[in-house]
Amino acid sequence: MSTEPALRHDTSPDMLGVPADPAGRALPMYLNTVAAGFPSPAQDYLEGCLDLHELLIKHPTATFFVRARGDSMRGAAIFDGDILLVDRALQAQHQDIVIASVNGDMTVKRLLLRPQLMLQAANPKYPSIEIADGMEFELFGVVSSVIHQLKR
Amino acid sequence: MPVPLNTKRCFALVDCNNFYASCERLFRPDLKQRPVVVLSNNDGCIIARCALAKQIPIPMGAPFHQVKALLKQHQVAVFSSNYALYGDLSNRVMQTLEQLAPKVEIYSIDEAFLELSGLEFGHNLTDFGQHIRSSIQQQLGLPVCIGIAPSKTLAKLANYAAKKYAQFDGVLDVTDPHKRLHILARTPVQEVWGVGRKLAERLQAMNIDTALQLARACPQHIRKKFSVVLARTVNELNGIACLKLDEVQEPKQQIISSRSFGQRVQDKTAMQQAITLYISRAAEKLRAQNSLARQLSVFIRSSRFDQKARFFGDQASLVLESPSSDSRVLQQAAMQLLDRIWRDGPAYAKAGVVLNDLCPVQGLQNSLFTPPPSERSQRLMATIDQLNQKHRGSVFIARQGRDGDWQMQQQFLSPAYTTRWDQLPEVR
Repeated sequence: MSTEPALRHDTSPDMLGVPADPAGRALPMYLNTVAAGFPSPAQDYLEGCLDLHELLIKHPTATFFVRARGDSMRGAAIFDGDILLVDRALQAQHQDIVIASVNGDMTVKRLLLRPQLMLQAANPKYPSIEIADGMEFELFGVVSSVIHQLKR
Repeated sequence: MPVPLNTKRCFALVDCNNFYASCERLFRPDLKQRPVVVLSNNDGCIIARCALAKQIPIPMGAPFHQVKALLKQHQVAVFSSNYALYGDLSNRVMQTLEQLAPKVEIYSIDEAFLELSGLEFGHNLTDFGQHIRSSIQQQLGLPVCIGIAPSKTLAKLANYAAKKYAQFDGVLDVTDPHKRLHILARTPVQEVWGVGRKLAERLQAMNIDTALQLARACPQHIRKKFSVVLARTVNELNGIACLKLDEVQEPKQQIISSRSFGQRVQDKTAMQQAITLYISRAAEKLRAQNSLARQLSVFIRSSRFDQKARFFGDQASLVLESPSSDSRVLQQAAMQLLDRIWRDGPAYAKAGVVLNDLCPVQGLQNSLFTPPPSERSQRLMATIDQLNQKHRGSVFIARQGRDGDWQMQQQFLSPAYTTRWDQLPEVR
């Protein structure tokens, strides 16, 4: 690889170009040659790009991604390989889909607080897990979104 | 005499409990009842222990190979250090704190000072501390302890007591001078921030054994016998804030990238690869803080513990014609330095590079003799840094090579749970 020292007279066209966006996210930026012709009619209407983070993640520091395995939640449209967004800043409510650990295993299930504490699968093949005294149970967080990619 | 800050201050020190071990447990609920330890780079020695591992006791800093049997006997879960995971969780802790408190100084990977001045009116500070503690527990699953006091040194000390004595439930506010005396009297002097073991020995020779005795020492006398710094500590222990919150970290004046090798290196090509990797890492850090380096050193050494061979170590440095942060320029210079000091024969155990005499990119005086770094080079480096941020090690100088025996041993590395799509925790 060439390791020539910095040249004083850098004549490359980059010198005239736009500085690279440090965050690395593409921003729409139209460079018009104004000397002749008409400016772009869209120029005054430029807005930012749509950002999926903004849509899906309300609490960035408290949100974790986990991958779903198996078919125990297919009734809730969570399939093998899907990515779940888990928001730990949310207070878990009755009927929420949550990530919890039961006796040392991490699982995704529907949380039932009534009539008793229970984790319910969304697939009749799997029995519900009643959380009895003496069981090791801890709530990890509330699933706020599911990313199901049709093509990978 | 250090000038005390004139207004009344209030600080909190938030410190994550056994941070690395707690991070390893976050996605492993099966380890909740098991002792956990984390090893240093290269799986050398114990650098973090959870509470259960401390009870056994597994000594801090013990070489891994010496305690292997003990670890096995107690079924301790052993991890290589996973800095991708710790770094991400540390960022989350700091950002969460920034949402909770107006001013935050990131003090280390697992500690932050908060300034709560003004908040003491109309707030119960212990309740506020508990609010911070439970927020971090809920949102990140990480336990923290908090010390609250009118000076940073006292906040550190209160934090130590909050960790040590379970009755405080993780939060101790010592803004009340009477409550403070009790804690100071029970804290050995070497636990005071800035008092090392050596200093503690000298103080003990003067019958200063506890933090309280140090607080009651005469600052002028301490200044004469020791230093201005320790005199300031005395004031701080008396609730006179002399240190303020440093929200902005000064850019580093020196960047070091060095590692012990997984296996001894005797081959020059392997050494060149290692040095090239270290240069890339150091240059990345240099660019992240927008600096250029004027001076560069390379060092190589064999092990001092080798019984069979004599120790060999050497280092060389050079001053660059013009300051640079270009990995290619730095790499070429490092190879020249290596040529100068390389000797066939020794089994090298460690090598590293040091970048010195750093200056900011902006402030650089353009002179006839120091051409500015070309924009082309800057943009190429920015692109490489971006790619490497996404996928560590995807773009590198060809000399670096892909993998060598010299690379780190990380036999017990946990997944990069929070920074790699292909290593997410799985749930059934």
